[in-house]
Amino acid sequence: MHEPSTSLFAPLAAGANRAWAMALRYIYILRTSWPRIVELAYWPLMQMILWGFISKFMATNSTWVAQAAGVLIAAVLLWDVLFRGQLGFSVSFLEEMWSRNLPNLFVTPLRPHEFIVSLTLMSLVRTLIGALPAALLAIVFYHYSIFDLGLLLLAFFVNLMVLGWSMGLIISGLILRHGLGAESLAWMAMFVLAPLSGVFYPVTVLPDWLQVVAHALPSTYVFEGMRAALFTGATRVDLLLTAAGLNILYFAGSALFFLHTFRIARRDGLLMRIGE
Amino acid sequence: MTATTSPAPLVIEVENLTKRYGAITAVDGISFAVRRGETAALLGTNGAGKTTTIAMLLGLLLPDTGSIRILGADMLSERYRALPRMNFSSPYVDLPRRLTVAQNLEIFARLYGVADIKARVREIAAELDMTALLDRPSGQLSAGQRSRVALGKALINRPDVLLLDEPTASLDPDTADRIRSYLTAYQANHGTTILLASHNMAEVERMCASVFIMRAGRIRDQGSPRELVARYGRANLEEVFLHIVREAAAQ
Repeated sequence: MHEPSTSLFAPLAAGANRAWAMALRYIYILRTSWPRIVELAYWPLMQMILWGFISKFMATNSTWVAQAAGVLIAAVLLWDVLFRGQLGFSVSFLEEMWSRNLPNLFVTPLRPHEFIVSLTLMSLVRTLIGALPAALLAIVFYHYSIFDLGLLLLAFFVNLMVLGWSMGLIISGLILRHGLGAESLAWMAMFVLAPLSGVFYPVTVLPDWLQVVAHALPSTYVFEGMRAALFTGATRVDLLLTAAGLNILYFAGSALFFLHTFRIARRDGLLMRIGE
Repeated sequence: MTATTSPAPLVIEVENLTKRYGAITAVDGISFAVRRGETAALLGTNGAGKTTTIAMLLGLLLPDTGSIRILGADMLSERYRALPRMNFSSPYVDLPRRLTVAQNLEIFARLYGVADIKARVREIAAELDMTALLDRPSGQLSAGQRSRVALGKALINRPDVLLLDEPTASLDPDTADRIRSYLTAYQANHGTTILLASHNMAEVERMCASVFIMRAGRIRDQGSPRELVARYGRANLEEVFLHIVREAAAQ
C-alpha cells in the first residue's frame, strides 16, 4: 500500500486514481468484446441511414425541412448523444450488477462519488464510439456535417451529456434499489423525453399543459437552440443558459438521489443481495 | 524476574451489534473482539447471522444498533480510514468474468492504492500458484482456480485485517487444504488478523485461536477450540457445536 501522504492534494489524487481504475475496468471489457463495440455504433448508424433518407425525401416535399437542410439529421445525432449518454452510464453500472461485483468494489476505499465519476467517463467514451461514426456517415452520404455548428455543437453536446448522466444516475439508483428486474429501465426510460423535448418538431405543437412539462427539460432548450441555429443562424445563448441551469439542478438532484439510494442499499443489505 | 508479555491490541471490536429485517432479527446484540494476529471464527448454522455480521464489519450493511471498531476506526463514521488496510473474500461474490485474472487483480490493486502493481500481481500469482492463469478470463476458471483468484484479490493489498466468508466452501479437499495451509503461513508471516465465517468444524479447529458459536443471531458461547471441547466434555468441536445449537433450538 502507499504510505499516507501529507500533501493536501493526496486524497484528491487517490480518488482520481480509483475513478480511473474503475474506468479502466470498463475499457478492458469493451476492448475484449468486439460485439459490444459494434453494437455501440450499429444503432446510431442505422438511425442515421434511415433519417438521412427521410431527410432527403422531406427536403423536396416539405417546405419546413427544405428551409434548413440537415435539421432532421442534426436532431437524430443530438438525440443519440442524449440517449447514448444515459445508456453508457447505466450499462456500466449494470456491468457491476451482472457480474455481482458490487460487494467487492464497496469494501475497497472506492467512494460512491468516485464510482459516479468513472460511470460518467465511460458514458463519454461509449457515446463517442456510438455517435462519431454516425456523424461521419452523415458527411459522406448526405453531405451534412454537424461539426459546422462549431462551438454551439460543443454546448449542445455538453448539455445533453449532463442530462444523460442525470437520467443514468436515477435509473442506476432504481436498479440498485429494485434489482435487475428493473434493468429494462436503462433501455426504455429515455424515450419519454423524445416527444417532450421537441427533438423533431417545435414544442409549440404540443398541448399547452405538455409544453409546461417540456419547458422543464434541459433537452427542450437544446433542440430549440439547434433549430434556431439551423433556420436563422442565430446563437440563442438564453436557451443554452436555461438548459445549463436546469442541468445543474437535475444533476445535483440525481446525484443526491443515487447517494441516498446507496445508503438505503447499505441499510437493507441490497449490496449483498444482487439479483432479480 | 519473569518477563510478562502484554496481550496484542484489539483489532476488531464489536459491541452490542444488532440487525433486523422487519420482524426478523438477523443479528441480536452480539459483542466480541479479535486481537492482532489472531484467527477467529464465526461458527454457525445457515442463517445464524455469520454473513450478516461480516457484511456489517465491512460496512456493506448498516447495523440498527451497536458499534464496530476495526484498526481503531469507527466503521460507521470513518470506515474509509480502515478499508485500505482490510480485504475480504466470499464464494457468493464474483469477480468480473470477462476480465482476465491479471486485469482483475490490477483493477483491485489500483483501487487499494497498491504500489508497483505489476510486481505485486506477479508476486501474489506466484505465491498462489496461479501464474499460468493470469491471462485467462476469470469466467473460464474452475471453482478451485476461482477461489485462488478470489484469495489473491483479498490479499492484493497485504491487508492487516482479512474477513473471509466460508473460504473453502464447495472446494475439493485438496484445494481446500492448500488454501488453509496458505492462509496459515501467510498469517504467520504477516501478522494478519483473520476473521472467518464457516460451518466447517475441522477447518475452524485447525486454523482458529478463538471461536464464536452463533445461532439465531446470537453468540451462544465462545473460547478457543480446546477450551470449548474441554468445557463441554466432547471429543471435538463438531460435537460441541451440535450440542450448543441443538440445546439452543430446544430452548
